[in-house]
Amino acid sequence: MAELHFSVQDRGLQYVGAARIDGPLVVVERVRDVGFDEVVEILDPEGRPRVGRVLDVSEEQAVIQVLEGTTGLSNESLRARFLGESFRLPVSRQMLGRVFDGLGRPADGGPPPLSADLRDVNGRPINPNARRYPREFIQTGLSAIDGMNALVRGQKLPMFSGNGLPHDRVSAQIVRQACLLEEQTEFSIVFAAMGVKHEVADFFIRNFEDSGALARTMMFLCLADAPSVERLLTPRVALTAAEHLAFDCGQHVLVLLTDMTNYCESLREVGTARGEIPGRKGYPGYLYSDLASIYERAGRIEGSSGSITQVAILTMPADDISHPVPDLTGYITEGQIVLDRELFQRGIYPPIAGLPSLSRLMKDGVGKGFTRDDHPALASQLFAGYAYVKKVRALADVIGEEELNALDKRYLQFGEAFERRFLNQGEYENRSIETTLELGWDVLSMLPRDELHRVSDALVEQHYRTPVAPAADAQTK
Amino acid sequence: MNASPKAAGPTVVRISGPIVTAAGMRSAAMYEVVHVGAAGLVGEVVRIVGDRATIQVYEDTTMLKPGAPVRCTGAPLSVWLGPGLIGNIYDGIQRPLPGIQKRSGAWIQRGEKVDPLDLTKRWTFAPVMRCGDTVRAGQVFGEVQETELVRHRVLIPSQVAGKVKSVAAPGDYTLRDTLAVIETPGGDREITMLQRWPVRESRPIRERWRVSLPLITGQRVIDTFFPMGKGGAGAIPGGFGTGKTITQHQLAKWSDAEIIVFIGCGERGNEMTSVLREFPELKDPRSGRPLMERTILIANTSNMPVAAREVSIYTGITLAEYYRDQGLNVAVFADSTSRWAEALRELAARLEEMPAEEGFPATLATRLAQFYERGGAVTTLAGQPASVTIVGAVSPPGGDFSEPVTQHTRRFIRCFWALDTELANARHYPAIHWLQSYSEYAENVAAWWEKQAPDWSELRTEALTLLQREERLQQVVRLVGPDVLPDSQRLILFIAEILKDGFLAQSAFHEKDTFCAPERQVALLRLILTLYRRGRDLVEAGVPLGRVRELPCVPAVLHAKETFGNDELPLLAELDQRLRDELDALAKQSAREGRQDG
Ligand SMILES: Nc1ncnc2c1ncn2[C@@H]1O[C@H](COP(=O)(O)OP(=O)(O)O)[C@@H](O)[C@H]1O
Ligand SMILES: [Mg+2]
Repeated sequence: MAELHFSVQDRGLQYVGAARIDGPLVVVERVRDVGFDEVVEILDPEGRPRVGRVLDVSEEQAVIQVLEGTTGLSNESLRARFLGESFRLPVSRQMLGRVFDGLGRPADGGPPPLSADLRDVNGRPINPNARRYPREFIQTGLSAIDGMNALVRGQKLPMFSGNGLPHDRVSAQIVRQACLLEEQTEFSIVFAAMGVKHEVADFFIRNFEDSGALARTMMFLCLADAPSVERLLTPRVALTAAEHLAFDCGQHVLVLLTDMTNYCESLREVGTARGEIPGRKGYPGYLYSDLASIYERAGRIEGSSGSITQVAILTMPADDISHPVPDLTGYITEGQIVLDRELFQRGIYPPIAGLPSLSRLMKDGVGKGFTRDDHPALASQLFAGYAYVKKVRALADVIGEEELNALDKRYLQFGEAFERRFLNQGEYENRSIETTLELGWDVLSMLPRDELHRVSDALVEQHYRTPVAPAADAQTK
Repeated sequence: MNASPKAAGPTVVRISGPIVTAAGMRSAAMYEVVHVGAAGLVGEVVRIVGDRATIQVYEDTTMLKPGAPVRCTGAPLSVWLGPGLIGNIYDGIQRPLPGIQKRSGAWIQRGEKVDPLDLTKRWTFAPVMRCGDTVRAGQVFGEVQETELVRHRVLIPSQVAGKVKSVAAPGDYTLRDTLAVIETPGGDREITMLQRWPVRESRPIRERWRVSLPLITGQRVIDTFFPMGKGGAGAIPGGFGTGKTITQHQLAKWSDAEIIVFIGCGERGNEMTSVLREFPELKDPRSGRPLMERTILIANTSNMPVAAREVSIYTGITLAEYYRDQGLNVAVFADSTSRWAEALRELAARLEEMPAEEGFPATLATRLAQFYERGGAVTTLAGQPASVTIVGAVSPPGGDFSEPVTQHTRRFIRCFWALDTELANARHYPAIHWLQSYSEYAENVAAWWEKQAPDWSELRTEALTLLQREERLQQVVRLVGPDVLPDSQRLILFIAEILKDGFLAQSAFHEKDTFCAPERQVALLRLILTLYRRGRDLVEAGVPLGRVRELPCVPAVLHAKETFGNDELPLLAELDQRLRDELDALAKQSAREGRQDG
C-alpha cells in the first residue's frame, strides 16, 4: 500500500543511485513500470525513508519530487522504491482528536489510525451536476462578517491578511463561535498548518482545547521547520480526511488552512527547480489550476447531508492584494475577508476591511426566511455609506475637516461609529445576528433619512431611529 | 491502467501531467482523437515529430505508465449534434454530466464514456421535404419540437447535395433512424437526426451581415449605454468579485436570444450549480417558459482537467453555430476566456513551446480572433437570417487591463464592458464603468431604438455627457469640496448621483428590477432627465438648488426603478406627471417670490 504508516519494504523494485539531485527533485534513470504521480520511497544514506512523487516519467527516467527534502541525499547512495500507487491516505472518523504531520502520519505519539479505507489525496473533481448549492447562514458572532459578508455552510471564504495582523485570533474566534441559526450542530474541525511557526500551531491547539473543541478537531501540522515541499501535500491530505467526515459520515466540517502563501512558495520552489517558465512574480503558470484543485474541494453534494466549509488564511506579501497568491485565490474562492492594517493600528478588532471584503454567497443565505428581510438592503446601504466616508476622508485630508459641509461631517461621524461600534467588538463577544442588524441600523441612523438610497421607504419607516440623528445642521450636500 | 506488455501498436513513452508522448504514431493526424491507456483516457494529438506524437489528454493521467497502449480513432474531436442538446449540461468534451453522475456518483471518475445524446429516445419528426426535391447541405429537411421553446430543424449535412429519394413519414424516431435517402453524385446518403462536427472548425454560412438589431438584455447600463447587437462580440473584463459572472448570468437569463450556450470555463462549480438550480425555475419574460428550455451548459470547472478546459470553448461555440444554422439567434457566454488562455499557456509550457508575452503562446491573439470570428450576423446556407453573439469574460491578473488577454481581446470585440473595482467595492452593481466602457454597436442599433422612442439617441447622449461632466467636476471637488461650486454645477453632481443610483445601478436580485424592459428603460431615463432639464432652467432663473433637491417626489424618482415593474408603466407615467407638476409649481412660486423681492 502506498500510504505511509506501514513499511513497504517487501514491495517493488529498488533502484540504486540517482542521475541528478536538484533542489527538491531527484532524477532516477532507466526506470521500468513507473506511473505518473506514483509515490516513491527514497532511502537516505542511513536507510531512513522519505516520501516522494513522480512528476514526469518516460522510458528513460523519472523525475521525483521529494516531499521531505533532499538534504543529505547523494547520487551514489540514494535508493528509490516505487510503490505502485499514487498517494493515498487511510481515513476514519477516529482521526478526530488526533494530531498528524503534514503527510498524515501520527505526530502525537499515538498509533496510526486503523482503516482499510484508502483515499487518493488528490481527490476527484466534484461533478457540478451533483453539487448542492450552499444556502445555510452560519452565524459567526462577528458583525463585520455576519452583517456585511455572511458565510454560508459549504462556502470557501478565505482571509486575506498581512504579517502581524490578527488573522489567527479572528479565525480562532470564527471557529469558536460558528453555528447555524436553527440547529446547534457543531462543526468538526480540520486544521491544516503549512509552514507556520510552532507558536501559531500552539495558539490554535490551546484555543481548540479551551473551547472544548479538541475532541472534534483533526490537525495536520507541517510547520516552518518541516521540509518545505511537504506542504504541497498537507492541504490535500487534510481535505481528504475532511471529505470522509463530510460526505461519508455526514458531518459539517470547517476546514482551516493556514498559510496558503507558504504553500504557494513551495510550489514556486518546485517549479523553479524543474526549470519551468515562470509566470507572474516567479509563480508557475498553473498556480490557478493548482489552487483550484484545493479550494474547489469545499461544498455540499447530493446524497450526503454533510458539508465542507473552507477558511483559508493567507498573508499578502507587502499587503498587496494584487499579488498572485491573493489575486488567484480571490478568483477561485467565494469571496474574501480582508484584514486592514490601518484599522488594526487604530485598535479596531476584528480589523475587517469594509469595502474589499466580499461574500459571494451571502445573497443566497440572508434576508427573508434566512436571517431578516432588511438584511440585504441594510448591508448594501452600509457599504454605500462607508464608501462615501472614504471619499469624505480623502477630501478632509486636503481641505481640512473644519471646511467640510454639514452633511459630510455627519458622514465622518457615521464612519467613526461604523468602525468603533459596528466593526469593533470583543474577542470573546459573540453577537447574535439580531444584535448585529440592530447595531447596523443604529449607526445608519446617524445619516439623514434621505441619504439612504439603497433601502426602501418601508424599511426606513420600520427601522430608522429618529431621535438618534443629531440636530438640524445637516441639510445641504 | 497497468503497463501492458509491449504492445505492437502505438504506446506511451512519456507522461508529464496532461501531456503524453506516444511512439509508433507515424500515421496519426493532427487533432485526431486517441484513447490512451487501458482506461481509454480521451486525448487529442497536438504535435507530430517523426513517429512520435504529443497528445493532450482530457482526463487525469495519474498512474499512467510508459508502455501503455494508445488507440487512434482516425477522427478529429467532434461533437454530436441533434435534438436533446437543449437543457443538458456537458463537460468540455461533451460528456453529459448527469449521465456521468449516474454512473460514477458525485465525483467524476476517469475514463467514463457516456453518449452526449440519448440514442434510445424517440423524437416526433415532421419532414418538410418531399421525394424528388433537390436539396443542398444546410437546408432544413424536417422539424422536431425539441422543447416548448425550441423548434429544432433537422439539416441536410455538409457536403450532401442531390435528390430526395425517400422520406420517412411523420412520426417518432430515434436519432439513428434513417429519415431520408438522398441520391448524390457520390451514391446514396442516409440522413438521420444525428450529425457530427469537428469542434475546431467553424460551420459554413452563406453570407455575413452588419449587426443591426440590438440584443436586448434588460440591463439598463448595457442596453441604453453600451448596447450589444445580435451577432456582435463583446468582452466583460474585471478583477475578482467585480461582477463578471453575475452579469453574464443576467444576460443568459434575460437576453432576447432564442438559444443560450453558457460555457463555464475554468471557473467555480457552485456557479454552474446555481444556473442549474435557477434556470428551470425562472421564466423567460417573453414566452413565460422556463429558461432551461433554451439553454445549453458546458461546465469545465477550474478543478476539472485543464486540457478539456481548452477545448470547452470550441465545444460550446460549435453547438451555438449548429442552432444558428437552423435560423436562430444564439448567444454564447464564456466565463472566463482568461482561464481558457491560461489553459493554452499551461499546455504550451508543457509542450516546451517558446513563450511570448507573460508566458502565453505566440498564437494567443490568433486563437482569440478565431474564437470571436465564429460569431456574427449571417444568412444561413438555407437562406435564413440568424446570428451568434459572443460575450467573453476576461479575468485580468490584479485587475490590470494592460495584460495580454484583455489587450488582444479588445482587438476582436466591439463592445467593452469594463468592470470597476471601486464601484464593486461600494456595491454599485453592475459595476460597469460608464466612462471606461464603450460599444461600437450603439450606432447600429439606434434605428431599432428610435422606433420605440424617437428621442433615444438624444437621451443617451445627454446622460453620458452629464456623467462625463460630473467626472471633471469631481476632480475639483476632490481638491476643494463641493461647496465652492455654483448651483448650476452642483445640479450636475446631484443629477449624476440620481442617474447612478436610480438608473445605472440595477440589482440582479431585485424581483422587479432584475430585468428592465426597453420601454421602462426609456421611461426611467426620461424621468431623470426631465428633472435635470427643468431643474437647470430653474437654477438658471435663480432658484436655489436646495429647492429642487427638496421636491417631494425626488425620493420617488430615485426609487422608481424598484417601485414600478415592467407592467406598471402607467404608474411610472403618473410619477412623471407628478414631477412635472411639482416643477411647474416651483417655477411659479419662485417667479412670484422673484416679483415680490424685486
Ligand atoms: N448586478 C448585480 N446585482 C447584485 N449583485 C451583484 C451584481 N453583480 C455582482 N454582484 C455581487 O458581486 C459578487 C461578485 O460577482 P461575480 O459576478 O461573482 O464576480 P466575478 O465573476 O467578477 O468574480 C456577487 O456575489 C454579487 O454579490
Ligand atoms: Mg466569476
